[in-house]
Amino acid sequence: MAEWTLFEVFVRSKHGLNHKHVGSVHAADAEMALENARDLYTRRNEGVSIWVVPSAAITATASDEKEPFFDPSEDKIYRHASFYQLPKEVDQM
Amino acid sequence: MSQRNDLAEYLLRLGDSALVTGQRLCEWCGRAPALEEELALMNVGLDLIGQARGWYDYAAELLDDGRNADALAFKREERDFRNLLIVEQPNGDYAITTLKLFFYDAWHLPTLEQLSESSDERIAGVAGKALKEARYHFKRSSEWVIRLGDGTDESHRRISDAVDRLWRYTIEMVNIDPLEQELAKTGLAADPAFVAEQWQARVAKVFEEATLKLPEPAVPFYLNGRQGLHTEHLGQLLAEMQFLPRAYPDATW
Repeated sequence: MAEWTLFEVFVRSKHGLNHKHVGSVHAADAEMALENARDLYTRRNEGVSIWVVPSAAITATASDEKEPFFDPSEDKIYRHASFYQLPKEVDQM
Repeated sequence: MSQRNDLAEYLLRLGDSALVTGQRLCEWCGRAPALEEELALMNVGLDLIGQARGWYDYAAELLDDGRNADALAFKREERDFRNLLIVEQPNGDYAITTLKLFFYDAWHLPTLEQLSESSDERIAGVAGKALKEARYHFKRSSEWVIRLGDGTDESHRRISDAVDRLWRYTIEMVNIDPLEQELAKTGLAADPAFVAEQWQARVAKVFEEATLKLPEPAVPFYLNGRQGLHTEHLGQLLAEMQFLPRAYPDATW
């Protein structure tokens, strides 16, 4: 099965609003990838919707870019919404 | 025979075809061409074994002779089995496994569609649950037939060979069995004429997409699974499936 394509699998759970990455499957085509994903990742009633995406179609950040990509946000605490006075009526946020 | 016996006989047919298909699929455990396929085959197989249990439970109640579902599955002889001949055929290569399953699914789906509206509530209940599973099974096996038929030269050759080898057994999906016809009149069983028509239409459609040549309709021959007249392969399958409960009666784990 060396020539099968690798697909990344995203499943939306019953209570979730967004699809979450759960793993990957091999398949000859996208339809088969959906079915394989159904059989692998939704066996225990986990999902209501599945997306599959060819792994090759995903562009990812490179590990050597980690510092310029992510470090600059470390010291910018003003980006967190933690400086507002919450009205009393808003108990939890 | 009373209608009660006829109905039990019919339930055994449904259960036996599901159980034998499930047993054949489980033979792929540890041997499937890819991990993903293995899981898919086991899912389908276990769905069918679960359905068989539903039919056997009800058959055991109607027969009321002290046997339970396990006894019906594991303590009957080859001649007592009522499954379709196609499902007992050896798995062969992946084309044969796929085509066997597809022929069965194309029969199973319209059968369950009808049974889910059976006048017997118990039958309608089991069938209604099974129907959702069977819709997926049919979709999956259809797509595999198309994938192999309309795939490479080799996959096309292999699935064409599988058609040659298995076609004769499809007579059982399209012939009109008198017992089933009688039960269908009272709204208990699936109407065999409807099932035959659906089977032919579904197979023709998928074969066209798969660029496969549709053979002339199969003709009856001397074997008949519904009457317990099986090919030599069922005995071997049962020997393996029934070994443990026969060697160690009432074993638990």
